[in-house]
Amino acid sequence: MKWDEFFVTGEPMIYGADISIVLVSLAIIIGLTYFKKWGYLWREWLTTVDHKRIGVMYIISALLMLFRGGVDALLMRTQLATPDSKFLDAQHYNEIFTTHGVVMILFMAMPFIIGMMNVVVPLQIGARDVAFPRLNAVSFWLFFSGAMLFNLSFVIGGSPDAGWSAYFPLASNEFSPTVGMNYYSLALQISGIGTLLTGVNFIVTILKMRAPGMKLMRMPMFTWSVLITNVIILFAFPVLTVALALMMFDRLFGTQFFTMANGGMDMLWANLFWVWGHPEVYIVVLPAFGIFSDVISTFSKRNLYGYKSMVVSMVAISFLSFLVWAHHFYTMGTGAMVNSFFSITTMAIAVPTGVKIFNWLFTLRKGKISFTSPMLYAMAFIPIFTFGGVTGVMLAMASADYQYHNTMFLVAHFHYVLIPGTVFGVVAGMHYWFPKMFGFRLNERLAKWAFWLIVVGFNTAFMPLFFLGLDGMTRRTYTYSAATGYGPLNMVATIGAFVCAIGFVVLCYNFYYSFRHSPRDENGDPWDARTLEWSTPSPVPAYNFAKMPIVNSQDAFWYSKKQKVPLYEDGPYEEIHMPSNSGQPVILGIIMFFLGFFLVFSWFIPAIIAGIGVVIMLAVRSFERDHGYHISAKEIAATEQKLRGDTV
Amino acid sequence: MKKKRLLLSLIFISIVMLLSGCDSKLAVLNPKGPVAKTQANTIIFSILMMAFVLIVVYILYIIMLTKYRASKTSDDYEPPHIEGNKWLELTWTAIPVIIVAILSVVTVQTTYAVEKVPAGYEDQKPLVIYASSSDWKWHFSYPEEGIETVNYVNIPTNRPVEFRLYSYGPITSFWVPQLGGQKYAMTDMITKLNLVAEHEGSYLGKNANFSGKGFAKMEFEVQAQSPGDYTKWVNDVKQTAPKLTEQEFNTLLKTDFVGRKSYSSTHLGFAPPPEGDMAGHQHGGDSKTEKDSGSENMDHMNHDMSGMDMSGSSSMEHGH
Repeated sequence: MKWDEFFVTGEPMIYGADISIVLVSLAIIIGLTYFKKWGYLWREWLTTVDHKRIGVMYIISALLMLFRGGVDALLMRTQLATPDSKFLDAQHYNEIFTTHGVVMILFMAMPFIIGMMNVVVPLQIGARDVAFPRLNAVSFWLFFSGAMLFNLSFVIGGSPDAGWSAYFPLASNEFSPTVGMNYYSLALQISGIGTLLTGVNFIVTILKMRAPGMKLMRMPMFTWSVLITNVIILFAFPVLTVALALMMFDRLFGTQFFTMANGGMDMLWANLFWVWGHPEVYIVVLPAFGIFSDVISTFSKRNLYGYKSMVVSMVAISFLSFLVWAHHFYTMGTGAMVNSFFSITTMAIAVPTGVKIFNWLFTLRKGKISFTSPMLYAMAFIPIFTFGGVTGVMLAMASADYQYHNTMFLVAHFHYVLIPGTVFGVVAGMHYWFPKMFGFRLNERLAKWAFWLIVVGFNTAFMPLFFLGLDGMTRRTYTYSAATGYGPLNMVATIGAFVCAIGFVVLCYNFYYSFRHSPRDENGDPWDARTLEWSTPSPVPAYNFAKMPIVNSQDAFWYSKKQKVPLYEDGPYEEIHMPSNSGQPVILGIIMFFLGFFLVFSWFIPAIIAGIGVVIMLAVRSFERDHGYHISAKEIAATEQKLRGDTV
Repeated sequence: MKKKRLLLSLIFISIVMLLSGCDSKLAVLNPKGPVAKTQANTIIFSILMMAFVLIVVYILYIIMLTKYRASKTSDDYEPPHIEGNKWLELTWTAIPVIIVAILSVVTVQTTYAVEKVPAGYEDQKPLVIYASSSDWKWHFSYPEEGIETVNYVNIPTNRPVEFRLYSYGPITSFWVPQLGGQKYAMTDMITKLNLVAEHEGSYLGKNANFSGKGFAKMEFEVQAQSPGDYTKWVNDVKQTAPKLTEQEFNTLLKTDFVGRKSYSSTHLGFAPPPEGDMAGHQHGGDSKTEKDSGSENMDHMNHDMSGMDMSGSSSMEHGH
């Protein structure tokens, strides 16, 4: 391989990216050295096993990836703004929509959701950490190395270009000869393993580590949604693991699972991909439902309406999510019978989802609604998501889908569910739990500016796409002629996308502004909220709860406040057993990154060495004796005194 | 919030107006054949049903948000604890179930309808056209007429046309929005799409499924002609166009963009489509070796195809 094949060349944008990557890396290294922060970074963050810090790292990564995916989106919208635009060429456009899809789903939505789970779930159930803190760090570092590997493709070797769904035979060596799709299979594989481990970890955490008295049916709705989500992860992600492994064999070792010759079956890839891919959309949307449930309940000062039917409907959704995958390819010619079956199962999902919508509406009833920034996102979610949902029912009808499939109508639909569902969900969650993470609230005025820009921009960007789709504009098309008449609506959509982007810039500026100017949170409960996490001081001490909370009902913290009954056990502080930090997860992540990188380029000797490195790391961990450490009762008393004053 | 409600209702009204009211110019809702018409009717019907759902949700939403905001309640108002209501929750489970049931009936009926030869055309012998895609063009082979075109296809009006789709590369999707919905073309099997054009005219067709660099340019024209004009055109092509040699066809496959072409013979003879014994995924690309190896599980897939003539001309017999 020559160097000019190794580095991506010939595009001014890529050189710009090269330069900015080098400059940012240099700035980080110099900054850390100048401020003598290397030790701090290593001790407090890179080696941490604390669920709160891991959660924060997930969320920061997700925001970075939101920026990357967002720039991709703006480039696409700029190209499509006018007919016959020469802004991007076909190859470049194909790479950008591929990476936009992969980055937004797997490296933005997923880590954002998992970050929220990490920060919030142990606090909501009254636990001191997740069940397997070290494994949790491994999950994060595997995700992170996968994400970095994927992004590296932009400057080294070339980005994947076969769409985020990577349909064969297009994604085979014959039609995608660059290493781009190797990056796809390996980066997704590495981060996917991390996600699978998260699934195991959180199921055990929620089932085994709840505070005394917190029965399953007393859990906050967000925790419920996380439990169900992780069950879906546990069943869905192994399918992705297998599919990606087969893809890697096809591309690196010449097997013929999905190719055009020797019995290879392109349709098998499509099936495997969507058997994972459809549950995946519920993996990213159910936790958002949980966040909205908590936010709506908190800011209408009411308990959640229809708690039981909320739980039952989520279980129903999770079950149905595995029975609908073929609706992604009604047009494959499987026949009217199969298509009818999948149409009905798909439309059936509307029933439990509808139940949830009405329960949220009736939670508002007789409430006392205050329109804080998290609540605004929740209130925008209901009408917009419902709109996206009903277009989903329309798409579910196989006969009509033959006309929507692969068009802008579909693109509009899934953005109309994923953005109000997932993105508004995690953004609402971030505003809501921000004081819990950092000890101060985000500025409300800026947050509301960002909110309105995002909501107006979003609708302007995606509403026109429904009409473009019905007029026959296909997705993933890099240009169109003026004669098609698609120009004006595309221009409107592009303007909307930029308004939306400005909204996200304001949202991010708010971090800086609030860090400088927001008053610090004093009592740990700035929203007058209902669930256990708000009973801890902000920022939360490493051990979360000095004494175990006693739970007698749903929203236990709320009722302890209202009825003035103590939430915590009586008695003196006892020493707390804590897991110790470890550098092994981050080292494992780095080795996995190099293993993936060498495999991408089929450099097998270095890859084998890296593979041995992975085995050694696992062996080291197996023989390691680490019993953690104890925080003494005296130290706890001092910390609690400092954080809570004299009240406890 | 008031502005937003106004915005939402404006958006909503404009959608209903645009989609159902003013018989718009949107291609999918401007059908020129029975298949597309069935689909357009299904779409309009589903929009009306969904509009009903949206109206209910939006009205409830507006009521809740106007009536129960903190600024409208007294400071000492304590919202009550309400667990839920069995009957209400059953109601909003039952009503969606009914809506989904109605939509399901419509979906199943129309899905079967659009897969078949359209009603009223069952008695006619369909015109068989093999439509195969390669990077980045469409080949149309008329086995009965013995002609082949590239990137355009002429069909007679008011006669069912059976497109048999397959691909020489990535999965593509054959779509003529004004005549009917799309279907995939794949390398290892044939998929069938039945269409009828009821009005003369030129309709845009395209590949709807992303297939690489030249995807955006992969369009073709469907010219629906009166039966008389169609026969005349076929005879013209037969007399004036050159024969399609194997060499010429291979050059076509390798060239990215070729424009329009006409030939007075088809590629079906020397490059048979993946149907019958040639269907790839049932028993591997090289069916001979599979057979020689005597693999049992493959044999049962072959039995119905045994004895079939593998020459291109046999494909004519599928027509009836």
